[in-house]
Amino acid sequence: MLRYTLKRLGAGLLTVYFIATATFLAMHFVPGDPIAGNKAMRPEIRQNLERMYGLDKPVSVQYVVFLGNMLKGDFGISFTQPNRLVNDIIKDHFPVSALLGVLALAVASVGGVLFGSLTAVVRGKLADRTVMFFVILAVSVPSFVFAALAQQLAIRANASAGTTLLPVAGWGSLRHMLMPTLVLGLGTMAFLTRLMRSSMLEIVNQDYIRTAKAKGLPTHRVFFSHQLRNAILPVITVLGPSIAAITTGGFVVETVFSIPGLGRYFVQAVQQLDYTVIMGLTVFYGAFLVFMVILVDIIYGFIDPRISLTKAAS
Amino acid sequence: MNVLTRSDFEPVPREGLERGPSRPSLSYWQDAWIRLRKNKQALVSLGIVIALVLFTLLGPFLWREDPSAPSLSRISRGPSLVSDVPVLPELAPFQEEILPDVPPLPSADGASLGAPSKLEWLEPPTVQAVRMRWDAVPGAAGYLIYRSQDPPTGGYFGLPVGTIEAGNIVSFEDSFNLEDRKYYYSVVARNVSDSRQSITREVELSPGISLGDAQAIRPDAKPGEMVHFAVRPFGTDALGRDLLARLMAGGRVSLFIGFFAPLVALSIGVLIGGIAGFAGGKVDQWLMRITDFVLALPFLLFMILFKVMLGGGPGQSGISAMLIALIALSWTGVARLTRGQVLALRESEFVQASRLLGARPLYILLRHLLPNTLGVILVSFTFAIPGAIFTEAFLSFIGMGVEPPAASWGSMCNDGINTFLIHPHELIFPAVFISVAVLAFNLLGDGLRDALDPKMRSVE
Repeated sequence: MLRYTLKRLGAGLLTVYFIATATFLAMHFVPGDPIAGNKAMRPEIRQNLERMYGLDKPVSVQYVVFLGNMLKGDFGISFTQPNRLVNDIIKDHFPVSALLGVLALAVASVGGVLFGSLTAVVRGKLADRTVMFFVILAVSVPSFVFAALAQQLAIRANASAGTTLLPVAGWGSLRHMLMPTLVLGLGTMAFLTRLMRSSMLEIVNQDYIRTAKAKGLPTHRVFFSHQLRNAILPVITVLGPSIAAITTGGFVVETVFSIPGLGRYFVQAVQQLDYTVIMGLTVFYGAFLVFMVILVDIIYGFIDPRISLTKAAS
Repeated sequence: MNVLTRSDFEPVPREGLERGPSRPSLSYWQDAWIRLRKNKQALVSLGIVIALVLFTLLGPFLWREDPSAPSLSRISRGPSLVSDVPVLPELAPFQEEILPDVPPLPSADGASLGAPSKLEWLEPPTVQAVRMRWDAVPGAAGYLIYRSQDPPTGGYFGLPVGTIEAGNIVSFEDSFNLEDRKYYYSVVARNVSDSRQSITREVELSPGISLGDAQAIRPDAKPGEMVHFAVRPFGTDALGRDLLARLMAGGRVSLFIGFFAPLVALSIGVLIGGIAGFAGGKVDQWLMRITDFVLALPFLLFMILFKVMLGGGPGQSGISAMLIALIALSWTGVARLTRGQVLALRESEFVQASRLLGARPLYILLRHLLPNTLGVILVSFTFAIPGAIFTEAFLSFIGMGVEPPAASWGSMCNDGINTFLIHPHELIFPAVFISVAVLAFNLLGDGLRDALDPKMRSVE
């Protein structure tokens, strides 16, 4: 177990190192001038600036300096926002994104398990077909469309009620959080519903379910202790990728709803080509996602005793 | 009970018994096609996919509008089939009506503000301009003019079209982007302590075109004549470009990326997975280590990073950068899939028999292993297409996709969302196209999986 964890962590660190290297290379391949922009500049001034920022040194030296700064957790200064360190941006805005992500993931997994198991029970009935129709719809429509539709609905509702029932944008109260959470969680919820449903249907035919029924257990006991507990395992395996989907989905949702989260800053930085912020946030997000997937895998090993992690590693 | 006689033990004549197999032998693909044909959902999806491809490829030959020609006199128009519109008479320049004496300011105790009365049109309202006047409100410090497409409710008056910072100016002209439809105009009086009172009046505008715009289409146009308009069945976007033509052009980009990127990624994946599975040993270990590594990279983050790295320059469409990034990151799934299939097939009896008969490795690979994995690979290709379309839409939406003037459905959504609250059609049309395309490919993939790979059949 410990060996497996260490091995995974080692691989994770290697991945993060690669992400950092790729971002550094990307920074050097980007056309354009970080110092002068499009303005002409006297060569002396330029030389001084380059010396100050270490841009006159060979790329290999710059690379080492960059990695050193990364290790110290220093991502540099924003190119477009005055007086802001990338670290400050992360510190100020990551909590907002994290809260939104956790809420969306909670909605998605609770909703997915609920709808998935219920549709499996009423399989083939009208309720099942209706839910599965919406699942297919939710998988096929991009999240920004749902976001725009939700805003439009909120505006109509607010207008007909005469007060602000649901704020259309912004962040702060619980009412602000409702729409973005639902929109962000919707795609993942649909995906998990599908997964849960097919997992439930597969398990219905297992021998141990028949045994449980044969020995006279009440239906709800069979459902909760045998069927649901086993069917939920595949859902846990995909939680890692789901976190990634929700995090990147947050880029769009935060932008549309003007939520001051890290995702919105990332999109802004991308649009304004704020290189240090792009690089810093890419490394930060990359590390976050890589270790989240590892964490979910390790937790999975604890939950499902049939999975022998030590064996899987070798 | 039957009694057996001697004749029952006579040999049966040979003729008529030499039957072959009772049914014609079917190849794997024929069998799959028969199964697919029974699946209505998949067939309809296949039809939709073909229709979309025809729409983007042949559409521009039938609908010969320039997708990137702006027309500033017709921005953000909804879908309309009106093609002949009357030319409106030229308007005299608008003169604000300024009352000589300012209405008295409210007293210190804040006397209540009255609502504006008698909101009337100065001239018959047209799509050229709506000119209005109202009676001055005593105590008003200014007026706000709003325009709405729905009846105003509860303090929401719609689009603010004008602000007047004086109580004695009592007329206003709105000429901002008027369409032939019903509008509700509200004039809100406001005093210094910001209490507000409003009056609303509705107006139905009929189609028309200003003389200047008409002469841009036909130089000799005169007021009162009819001018032939280009038909815009899907309306226009925020720059007045024809939305139908843009949907066709954008669909080309979206579908091209959707088809091409998975196709190349698939070929690379099959190659790497095939080599890994077939060669085994050290080669397999190394190739799979690389595959796992690429798989561990956060997909969309690296898409953005690659896009920043490859496609920065102005004047580039960004399509090739997106293709390279998509291909570089999405070959891994197929590589693993192919390797697994090849590993399983390599030990199967018919391959062993072939090897025993002296077949060379390349022959075995091409004759036995690849054809038998083709079904599974085709299924994963069908599922990769909607993924690629979605990724393109996501990137274009956050501004990292195709660069203008090139368009894709995703970038059209990005353009449309800015004006969504007033002109929903600019977002809805491209969004519907993305959704229908993704839906069709997903359902087709489901059908193909059931037809080509019965073992993987989804539980229904």
